Amino acid sequence: MYDLIFFLVLLGCGYVFGQLAEKRHFRSIIAREAELQDLLCFSERTVPAAYSGDAALVCGSVVISIDYFKRFVAGLRNFIGGRVSSYESLLERARREAMLRMKEEARARGASSVWNVRLETASISKDNDQTIGAVEVVAYGTAVTPR
Amino acid sequence: MIVTNIETVPGKTIVKHLGLVNGNTVRSKHAGRDLMAGLKNIFGGELKGYTELLTESREEAVQRMLAQAEAIGANAVVNVRFSTSSVAAGAAELFAYGTAVVVE
Repeated sequence: MYDLIFFLVLLGCGYVFGQLAEKRHFRSIIAREAELQDLLCFSERTVPAAYSGDAALVCGSVVISIDYFKRFVAGLRNFIGGRVSSYESLLERARREAMLRMKEEARARGASSVWNVRLETASISKDNDQTIGAVEVVAYGTAVTPR
Repeated sequence: MIVTNIETVPGKTIVKHLGLVNGNTVRSKHAGRDLMAGLKNIFGGELKGYTELLTESREEAVQRMLAQAEAIGANAVVNVRFSTSSVAAGAAELFAYGTAVVVE
């Protein structure tokens, strides 16, 4: 009985705080993306002569965890199959946040563009009970500062 | 030392290739950070302790790569890539590699 109450409390906490945190995070992402809009990112490997300048490696990394409620929903999803939207939003947040941090580092260097942007994901928070839980994203690229 | 992850250094020419250099770190989570991470697993959100750990180990891997490049007389490293692999439960390797070159 107590176990069930404890579980429901966890689920409720996860739902309320998780939704709040996610909404706040998305708002901050959108605001910062608008601010850094003029800093261009490319996935091309060659820098055209028009953009030439001083080059430096810039990186951004983030580790984001999913809340209890969404993990539970994702667990249910595993039975039925289909899109697991709780993990989709987690990955989207992580990628956009990592990109933003990379752009912020580039902006601090006075760069005007970032080339060959790559995203790498990893996991240290993977437990023995094989739940994904948290995702780590590293974004990196070459920032070019006009001379 | 110039570091880029494209094949060239813009505005400069590569005069000599010195081969592959690399650097790695293996990081694991520790008890204090685990406690906070456990809480965050309920409420969701960024695991700041882990982000810090990831940033530190990335910098460490790059530093080791640069030290190696310096030792063989390079003044730039191009085509840098990051790669990760999990070694054991709760530990992961971060690996940085690139080509050491001399540019003018």
